[in-house]
Amino acid sequence: MAAQRQHQGYEDEKLQRVMERLPCRDVQASLLLALMGEPEQCSYPSIFIYGHRATGKSHVIHTLLKELELPYATVSCVECVSVGLLFEQVLLSLFGSDSASLLSRSPSLSDFVRVYKQLCVQASSKQTRYIVLDRAELLRDMEANLLPAFLRLQELVEDNVTVILLSEIVWDKFRPNTGCFEPLLLYFPDYSKGELQQILSEDSHPSYSPELYSAFINILLGVFYSVCRDLRELRHLAALNFSKFVEPLEQGKVKEGDTHKLWRNIEPHLKKAMQTVYLREVSSVQWEQQLQKEEKEAGAVRGLSAHAHVELPYYSKFLLIAAYLASYNPARTDKRFFLKHHGKIKKTNFLKKHEKTSNHLLGPKPFPLDRLLAIFYSVVDSRVAPTASVFCQISSLVTLQLLNQVGHDDQLDAPKYKCAVSLDFILAISRTVSFDMVKYLYDFL
Amino acid sequence: MTSSVSKGCFVFKPSVKKRRKTPTVEDYFTHGSEDTENSKLRFRNCQTLWDQMKADTELLQDELNRKILDSLLAFIRKNVSTFQRGTDDWASRMRAHEIPTAALVLGVNVPDHDMTFQSLSDQLQQSVTPFVVSVQATECAALNHMIQRVLERLMGTTVSVDDEEEPERCSTNVNQKRVHCSLITLCNWYKTVTKIAASGTPGKKRTSVGKDMQQHPPIVVIFKDLEAFNPRVLQDFILICSRYVEQLPLMFVFGIATSPSTIQHMLPHSVSSLLGIELFQSLSCTQHLASIIDKVILTYQFPFKPSGKVLQVLVSIFLYHDFSVRNFIKGLQLALLEHFHSQPLSVLCCKKEEALVHATELSPRDVERLQQLPSFMRYVEEQGPQEQVELLTSDDHVKEVCQKLLKDLHKYHKNYYPILRCLHVLTASLPKYPLGKQIRELHICCLEKNVWENEEYASAMQLLRMMAKDELTSALQKCAEILKHGKAKKMRAALLQLDNLLAKFEQPDDVAAAENVAGEDLTSQGKGRQKKTDLFQLQKTLLEMKKSRRTKKMSHFEILRDQALEFIDSLVRSHLAPPESQPLYEVCYYSSSAVLRRHLNATPRTSIQTALSNPYHYLKNENLRAEDGTVSNAAPDICIVYKLHLECGRLINLYDWLEAYATVVSAAEGKDPDSADFGKVDELKHARFIQAVSELEFLGFIKSTKQKTDHVSRLTWGGC
Repeated sequence: MAAQRQHQGYEDEKLQRVMERLPCRDVQASLLLALMGEPEQCSYPSIFIYGHRATGKSHVIHTLLKELELPYATVSCVECVSVGLLFEQVLLSLFGSDSASLLSRSPSLSDFVRVYKQLCVQASSKQTRYIVLDRAELLRDMEANLLPAFLRLQELVEDNVTVILLSEIVWDKFRPNTGCFEPLLLYFPDYSKGELQQILSEDSHPSYSPELYSAFINILLGVFYSVCRDLRELRHLAALNFSKFVEPLEQGKVKEGDTHKLWRNIEPHLKKAMQTVYLREVSSVQWEQQLQKEEKEAGAVRGLSAHAHVELPYYSKFLLIAAYLASYNPARTDKRFFLKHHGKIKKTNFLKKHEKTSNHLLGPKPFPLDRLLAIFYSVVDSRVAPTASVFCQISSLVTLQLLNQVGHDDQLDAPKYKCAVSLDFILAISRTVSFDMVKYLYDFL
Repeated sequence: MTSSVSKGCFVFKPSVKKRRKTPTVEDYFTHGSEDTENSKLRFRNCQTLWDQMKADTELLQDELNRKILDSLLAFIRKNVSTFQRGTDDWASRMRAHEIPTAALVLGVNVPDHDMTFQSLSDQLQQSVTPFVVSVQATECAALNHMIQRVLERLMGTTVSVDDEEEPERCSTNVNQKRVHCSLITLCNWYKTVTKIAASGTPGKKRTSVGKDMQQHPPIVVIFKDLEAFNPRVLQDFILICSRYVEQLPLMFVFGIATSPSTIQHMLPHSVSSLLGIELFQSLSCTQHLASIIDKVILTYQFPFKPSGKVLQVLVSIFLYHDFSVRNFIKGLQLALLEHFHSQPLSVLCCKKEEALVHATELSPRDVERLQQLPSFMRYVEEQGPQEQVELLTSDDHVKEVCQKLLKDLHKYHKNYYPILRCLHVLTASLPKYPLGKQIRELHICCLEKNVWENEEYASAMQLLRMMAKDELTSALQKCAEILKHGKAKKMRAALLQLDNLLAKFEQPDDVAAAENVAGEDLTSQGKGRQKKTDLFQLQKTLLEMKKSRRTKKMSHFEILRDQALEFIDSLVRSHLAPPESQPLYEVCYYSSSAVLRRHLNATPRTSIQTALSNPYHYLKNENLRAEDGTVSNAAPDICIVYKLHLECGRLINLYDWLEAYATVVSAAEGKDPDSADFGKVDELKHARFIQAVSELEFLGFIKSTKQKTDHVSRLTWGGC
């Protein structure tokens, strides 16, 4: 409570509520409060807050500003496809609905400053105004003067305003070449295991005791903490697995206090969930259904990645195979693979030096359409007329993202492509048409 | 009227009466045929038949889609209810930040998806929510376009004119458009709309929406082709949407063509963790095709039949090229149209009763055509001499016979399909599928020639002779099931016989032991046939069987099995004869597969090359006729230039090319080869040459190169 006493100008009751809603972030919150000072005191022009995802950056800021009833505007920079939209949203939330109409059609920064000043005079307030820019890293991609200007907006508009930037990236990556006003940096560290435990335990199930939920979280963290410290992901996992955890309780097999039995029951499920952590392969609902199904027929967990098989028309398969060969074999080796009397070419003396590294490590190389078709005609086992449908298939493979079109010049005469599928995928495809892929791949010679 | 003081242009629109009628489809159909009455009749036949087929296929497709659509709708409804219940439920509260997303895997035949999405959004609008938007990748190149599309379609379609909100497309008021193009606008709009609905204003669309939905109908955004979207744009859109998930009940439907793992390729974890994805897999397109073929082709309901070759063309386009059921149906439609257009006797290709009526009304010209049909001629040859004369001279008699033959043809079809299905049921489960896995393969096989003469048929029969009791009886029971639907007399008789056999199978062995003696002669027959087989394994087992036979007699079951297969074989022989054996089959069967292939599987490159190397093929000018491989020097410039360029290597020297061209053209002008200006390049020739070369460049045969001055590079390989 010592921290709270320092923050003059706010009601104690409100402060109390704020602190309750910000578990494990007392230090950061009180630091921020100290920086903000009393509502009417002039505040520091810009504060830069960074930290990993789900470390409570936006949550702390929003709770503070909202609960203390300060005038503020929050804008997510993702949403601002144009600068105008950004200005507009700031003005809208600071000065009410009419303010945006004062902006011109495609406002520049100076327009914004002018309008801001104008509105400031009309609605003068002594309280510090706050502008929160979420995902501030996107500001770098907008106009070059935007970031420096926001950093010293206080000077520009001559108003008591503080800009708070939120980002997952460190400040060093922001600093423009031309230099700028240095904001105050505030780091939000990752939650520790104990803190995660405390936070996760808060959303306990209404029909069970908080202690039980806390015990569950304890087990969950014991399993997942080594691989995943993302609060959001952990919360997702908790929501997924809790119903399974309490199943024996509902059936009346185990009492609430018997944590050991509960642990024995949930452990295999958590292990299974471990395979798909972070993948979000299936929704929570489907996960639950799968668990039920598995009890009947013990099968592996089938997520999104289990359905990697793609059904393709016959020639599309061969086109894809040809594209893969063209992408991963050096063009000079085509003769070796696709001519009948190629003679013997030994790998070692045939190679240039840089080709000795595996092509699969280097990734796919672009190839012209001609080469694709030449390989296609030699791998496909029957005579294929060069019909319009074959060319159609190439472009539909491009739209399916199985091939990528490279480069933009000369699309009419000699388009170039890259194969965008993995080795496993192409092996599966070639198996369905009984084509021995490995025999034709230079890397596996 | 035109006595105006000022000079000007006056437009006189033709009066309505005078306006020339734009030609209808029927006019096109009948154009160029000498017998308009006949062709009009054919057109009507064609139309009614096609309408019926179309209705049937649409019905079938709806049925096939129903299952997946129903589960999708259930998913969306469930999520609506969780949204409305708010945060009461612990599980849904934990999931409150996820946007419910249905990943709909539809297969690679992207053109077919439109229909599915259309019926999905129709059903959603009818029963769940008026707010359904579909977006395509092509219209969403950038984030603002995407948001704009979504807003436009949501608000433009449901907001009535007197609302303050204006549809977003107004280009005059750019300022306003910019102001509104964000999800905040959508939020505000949604609030007003739902408020109106809640306060009970008589909304036009909302009345149809169920009561429980009125409060917060979800906003469903359908991404038709997820793969084609720019991942960046999609990610940003989802991020933005997730900020509003508490105010807007958003839901996504992803249309996925390849595999669900695309989602992971496109969206990083930070984005995909905002979605609660559920997977829906649609019927595979091959199954879809099988059911379409089953419904439209393997039935006597429709008199029009594609021949084996035609069917093969259609199926191979499907399997080899596009996997598109829609294209298959279009191809079938083309075949239908071609049949009725090119075959004058297709007037008889309709329902039996109508066909009989049409047969009596045949014109003398048509009767002549009928007599010239190969199948009819074959029929005539089989008749006695007296009858032959009658058939060749008397029109009335031909008409009578024609009616009889038509009846026979209908009967043939009525028997053909049930027996085909029976044979398929029996052979579909055999190892290695000697007669094909799919019924269409068997059907094509039967259309081509006598199926029982195939080696595969023999081996299938051999395998059947070794079937275990339970397998065989269950297959035969299925056959009986199929035959029950047959209406023809012969089918009923066959069913009776089959039921008898099945009943015998049910009898316990010892009861029927007495009957064994009767089966004795059958046994020896069976042995004789078994020798034909060629499969190694089969031989081995047969040898073993023979060994065992020496020691003991055939059991009751074995005799019965032979009887049953004997019976099936006789059915096949009497009913599965190819249609060519039937007189008048040309009336119903469309067989010009080449035409179909040319139309459906175009070869633009071959056509261009034919045109360039053999101009006579298209121009039909006698002067251009030339032997193989050469081009007459009177040919169009581009052909000469093309021919000359074939003789060059990868790089072509323009000047040499021009010289050669000038020589050829001079020869064409009939100049004396010895004169001084023979082959000399004048301005006209130069210009013609340049034009021809640039035409070749336009066609993509050459392009300019920087490798060597005054050279162009060839883009095709091969040549002379």
